Amino acid sequence: MEYRELLAESIGALTLNKMRTALATLGIVIGIGAVIALVSLGQAGQKAVSDQIQSLGSNLLTVLPGAQRSGAVRGAAGGGTSLTIADANAITSSPQITTVQNVSPEISRREQVTAGRNNTNTQVIGVVDVYDDVRNMTMAEGTFITKRDVDSLAKVAVIGPQVATDLFGDGIDPVGQSIRINKIAFRVAGVPVSKGGSGFFNQDDMVFIPISTAQQQVFGVDYVSDISVEAKSSDVMTEAENQIGTLLLQRHRISDPAQADFQILSQQDILGAATQVTGTFSALLSGIAAISLLVGGIGIMNIMLVTVTERTREIGLRKALGAKKQTVITQFLTESVILTVMGGMFGMFLGIALSFVIAKIINLPFVLSLSSIVLAIVVSGGIGILFGWYPAQKAAGLSPIEALRYE
Amino acid sequence: MINASHLTKIYKTDAIETTALSDVSFHVDKGEFVAIMGPSGSGKSTLMHILGALDIPTSGSYILDGQDVGKLKDDDLADIRNRKIGFVFQAFNLLPRTTAIRNVMLPMIYAGVAAEKREETAKAMLTRVGLGNRLYHTSNQLSGGQQQRVAIARALVMNPAILLADEPTGNIASAQAEEVMAIFRRLNDDGHTIVMITHEPDIAIHSKRIITVKDGKIIADKKNRQNRVKLQEIKEDG
Repeated sequence: MEYRELLAESIGALTLNKMRTALATLGIVIGIGAVIALVSLGQAGQKAVSDQIQSLGSNLLTVLPGAQRSGAVRGAAGGGTSLTIADANAITSSPQITTVQNVSPEISRREQVTAGRNNTNTQVIGVVDVYDDVRNMTMAEGTFITKRDVDSLAKVAVIGPQVATDLFGDGIDPVGQSIRINKIAFRVAGVPVSKGGSGFFNQDDMVFIPISTAQQQVFGVDYVSDISVEAKSSDVMTEAENQIGTLLLQRHRISDPAQADFQILSQQDILGAATQVTGTFSALLSGIAAISLLVGGIGIMNIMLVTVTERTREIGLRKALGAKKQTVITQFLTESVILTVMGGMFGMFLGIALSFVIAKIINLPFVLSLSSIVLAIVVSGGIGILFGWYPAQKAAGLSPIEALRYE
Repeated sequence: MINASHLTKIYKTDAIETTALSDVSFHVDKGEFVAIMGPSGSGKSTLMHILGALDIPTSGSYILDGQDVGKLKDDDLADIRNRKIGFVFQAFNLLPRTTAIRNVMLPMIYAGVAAEKREETAKAMLTRVGLGNRLYHTSNQLSGGQQQRVAIARALVMNPAILLADEPTGNIASAQAEEVMAIFRRLNDDGHTIVMITHEPDIAIHSKRIITVKDGKIIADKKNRQNRVKLQEIKEDG
């Protein structure tokens, strides 16, 4: 039987009972819609996380202090005090290190920051003058912390746009204003350009002060919480990692690298860990959505079985007029595939619309992937064949005599 | 054209065997117009199913147009039905809400006839049964007699070896029944071989030969040239 005739017959049969066709399709529409919406939201989440990490600089290495040890007891990684400004200076000046461009030690803590009657709890970071280069930061107003500020223990602060809004409200230039961190007064030197972002690492919600001031006057410590290192290019990352590792092992007098009291992470490592988390989460959600797709498929099978029973006489006639088994199977499979692919297309539009709206609401980038469109059509077609198979076999197996007699 | 010898059909339901046909032999030549008569339960429907390649006999052989139909598989039987047999059913069995021309084209679609040829043949056949002006009417817009004429056109499009009609006037008003029988007679005059199953003597009388079946056996086989057999006589045999 020709495709054209097959399609004409199938569409004819489906349009005979439009309400039923629509309802049968609804299950697939919802199933495919849910899968697409969740997959694209998952991808959007992943993209948001990786964009944010990438925006910190792709040739960035982060040296973190190792776990604090007292005897055999090991504390949380990154919570240690094994890194110092001296380590950072050594990385900058050592002749062993040839692949590093900028070194930025940092010390950070959450502190209550006040300005007049307003206050906010935010991340206060002690930085050196190259921090803005390392983190690709540009200033919207004023200037960043300078080398002189660091050397002279200046009480100047660069506040993130979020902090500026929280403390001074919109429309007021905070540069030159005074803020208090831990009861110590600082003069606002500048505000960086907003990088956006949300969640665990929001650069807009931070306050930057000279690292010397931070260590000696605000926090009262002599260690740093991490050292960010900018490699000369993203091609020499591994080499830079090795050079820094060797230098720090020597300085800390550790011979076995497995016993190191620090660790070096590249952006790639952090990205990998973050995407793994979001990936697992979105796979789980998609799995739940896939169950609704299965239920939709069973709905299709149910409707096709009803159709076969209703059209017993017609099937008998077709067989009497010369329709072969395969022809009958093909006809009923075509009908169920048309049903499900139609559902898949509507579901695709529904899913795209849904993920667009949700992305807008929760402020994620909207990702439309070709793979989800291909998925919608292929999967819905597959469901049509899978769940249409049994009804089609049943139709083809009818004896023409019995079928013609059926009332 | 038809050569049936020692046809036997036994139905088994659970432990009970029912013999619907026992040792039926007859021969139909090309161009004959045969009526198979008998009361209900006589086995004439079973005979119709076997002659129509809708069923196969338990034993015996059935040769249609030189081909042994008795031992074919389902798909080959479908092919025989498509190419060699034109069915006309009591209940018309047209596709619902489908135009006359599409109904008539259906067997040609299954046979893989090209689209232009299909349309041309279907139009010619519908014109031949007097429905040239009703090509695009759907089944529910046609009277019973007209629907049966569409069914006859559908039976003719593959130029089959035999036309097999099962109570063709059972569902239509008598005036239209006469019209339908006139078409059968004309087709027979044009050389078509027709086998018609009926239990109505005044329909059987249009044929040229009447085979009477009872209890699964042939009990009478009479020529009816120029309709010489009297109505009374048919009634007695039935």
